[in-house]
Amino acid sequence: MQNKLATVSQIQPFSCVDGPGSRLVIFLQGCNYNCKNCHNPHTIDLCDHCGDCVPTCPTQALTLVTTEGTSRIDWDSEPCTQCDTCLSVCPKQSSPKTRQYSVEDLLVLIHNQRHFINGITISGGEASLQLAFIIELFKAIKSNKELSHLTCMLDTNGSLSINGWHKLLPYLDSAMIDLKAWQEETHRYITGRDHHRVFQSLRLLAEHGKLYEVRLLHIPGISDFDSEIEAVATYLKQLPNSVRVKLNAFQHHGVTGEARQWGTCSEEQMKLLASALSQRGVGNLVLPSIYL
Amino acid sequence: MAFQDNLVQIISDPNLSPKQKSNYLALAAEASLPYLSISIAVNQAKEAGIICDMFEGHAPFKPRYVLPDYVKFLQQGSQYLELSPVQDFDEALNALTIIYHHVPSVTSIPVYLGQLDDILLPYTDGIDAESIYRKLKLFWIMLDRTLSDAFMHVNIGPSDNIICRTILRIDAELKQIAPNLTFMYDPDITPDELLQIAASNICECSKPHIANYPIHANAYDGQGFGIVSCYNSLPLAGGANTLVRLNLKQVALKALNIEDFFANTLPHYCQLTYELIESRARFLHEESNFFNSFLVKEGLIEESRFAPMFGIYGMAEAVNILQGNPEITEDSLDKPSQYYGHNQAANKLGHRISKALDTIIKSTPVTYGYHGRALLHSQGGISLDKDVTPGVRIPYGSEPNPIAHIQALAEHHQYYTSGISDILTIDETVKSNPQAMFQLCKGALSLGFREFTANVASNDLVRVTGYMIKLSDIAAFKQQGSRTNTTGLGAEAAANTGMLNRKPRVVAQELSPNYAK
Repeated sequence: MQNKLATVSQIQPFSCVDGPGSRLVIFLQGCNYNCKNCHNPHTIDLCDHCGDCVPTCPTQALTLVTTEGTSRIDWDSEPCTQCDTCLSVCPKQSSPKTRQYSVEDLLVLIHNQRHFINGITISGGEASLQLAFIIELFKAIKSNKELSHLTCMLDTNGSLSINGWHKLLPYLDSAMIDLKAWQEETHRYITGRDHHRVFQSLRLLAEHGKLYEVRLLHIPGISDFDSEIEAVATYLKQLPNSVRVKLNAFQHHGVTGEARQWGTCSEEQMKLLASALSQRGVGNLVLPSIYL
Repeated sequence: MAFQDNLVQIISDPNLSPKQKSNYLALAAEASLPYLSISIAVNQAKEAGIICDMFEGHAPFKPRYVLPDYVKFLQQGSQYLELSPVQDFDEALNALTIIYHHVPSVTSIPVYLGQLDDILLPYTDGIDAESIYRKLKLFWIMLDRTLSDAFMHVNIGPSDNIICRTILRIDAELKQIAPNLTFMYDPDITPDELLQIAASNICECSKPHIANYPIHANAYDGQGFGIVSCYNSLPLAGGANTLVRLNLKQVALKALNIEDFFANTLPHYCQLTYELIESRARFLHEESNFFNSFLVKEGLIEESRFAPMFGIYGMAEAVNILQGNPEITEDSLDKPSQYYGHNQAANKLGHRISKALDTIIKSTPVTYGYHGRALLHSQGGISLDKDVTPGVRIPYGSEPNPIAHIQALAEHHQYYTSGISDILTIDETVKSNPQAMFQLCKGALSLGFREFTANVASNDLVRVTGYMIKLSDIAAFKQQGSRTNTTGLGAEAAANTGMLNRKPRVVAQELSPNYAK
């Protein structure tokens, strides 16, 4: 059990936007949603080590290693220039630039940064798909004298089952959940999944005082927060006052496919949604600081 | 250009104010004198850009930085200025306003306005907070408009008091480039909440600069110290008689290898630097008659508390050259892993150089020094520096994430008694999360950072080398000139050194497009 490994797509040592204070953010690879508007589509699928990307790498940072009949892509970060050619040629839109980390590996990393951060946030992809690893990591942090002051947070799409949440709650300080759309069919259109579990997760976390933030991504004409404003506002108002309602503005960065044709969200559109919510009594709204 | 043509050009420059013209004319006059007598070797090193006298002038008649004891000044009044001892808050502000105009420095106006909370607190009895706020706000505006130069520097903290809090409030409100501001932090004295206010101010206006009070205080005696100009720590009631700096990049280029650098080249050029320091300090102390001034006679400064600053710059290039790294190009910027700031061996070599310098500084006597010694300084750069990085900083545009940045440089800080400024550029997302700035600052100080300085990307008010400029001023500068002396330097520095190309570190996944280049 001590040797669980997580597939990590990226580690951000100093983030100001993934929870309170400064945070070390671990982005896990793999997601169970298939959002049309995904800003990081290469984090959705796990690499199947087909090797198609290997010859396209301009600096030979990728090699296909075969041991006992199993092939694996080996990524060397030294020569890698992050040109992302590998991402553009992948038939699964998946990143070969992931790394396996053990809990111990991450503890060393976190220990080195402990004076500079208020906590750690596990994000994705969809982090909760690697729940057992997260529980083990959080447990280890909480029981380490030098790290136990760090808050442990999860950034999730909310699809984790109630059972899963109950296993995590003892070690979790709080979570941030994306609510992708209000209506079931809109949610299904955007993500390919229904959203019963998202609402269940929101309720459960709110009840336990562990909901830090609900995030709404406003895609004008696509997401339905503005057309369903009354219901959305009524719902948000019954959440505890401490819950931040973070409004994100849809942009094209990283987006591929049909969502590229969708209009981006301007500052004016964002402010319109924000004022419609606050007029209906929704407080603790957080707006984007930049629109690019 | 002929001397007189130069004067005509200064006089007729459409972008300079009469006062700025007077300053340039004075500099031209001083520069027309023969240089102090120095050896051929020193002159050659100077001409070759290995040693630099910071263009302080051919015949120094004022110290580079002067830190008068303003507490004493207010208590005793001044015979020379015909001022009685100060009785109340208004008189204190008035007396300070007067004396500031009589405190010289290399910029011709004061670089040190004092530890204002220590200075003003005794005169706050019976005045309500709102009155203090109004009076200080007018004082703050006066400083920016009359002594326009962001080398002018105020100190506050580490104690929690009304002057300190009011100044922080006013500074964030007005967002002026002047005065520059240092907040002293002492974990045993300063409440976290006060540091949090200072950190929020940094997010607002890139000020204040945070000084590690215990480290600075331990470096000086009980009479104290001050932070002046662009982060120079110096003895209170004294200052810096001169600053001569050594270009480590050039020294490294002269070395055959790392061992030759430490055994021969570095000691040799340090020796020449000392020769220049000696001749400049000797002229100031023995020929210029500066130390006959009322500041000395009335006990506001003491000649024995002046020290030369031994500055260094180009550490990054020196390390990369000694390690045989190719020059950083556009292509290598993304992954400069073998370079200074990114690579452990490179960073360690840098630390070794700082330690070697420290040993030289502590064992080399000077005629006019603090306890007979010069003070080591990591020099923040001047606008003429091309292809060489200030102090021990990591080259612009190649900085790692803020934590790695701090970890790479922390080890240097113990050696630079008279100041070291490593400017961290933080992504603008920190603006809505000042707690992150607070934590980063605490982390840096706990790791031994002598001073913590941060620019927030996208703030109009930013720091260039050590002083503050407004980006909007730079844009307007070419057309209309600027009321502020330092903006000209900033525009020049921006054009020459690429320092405004410092990369912000965007950390948001969804908001990351602005650093995707």
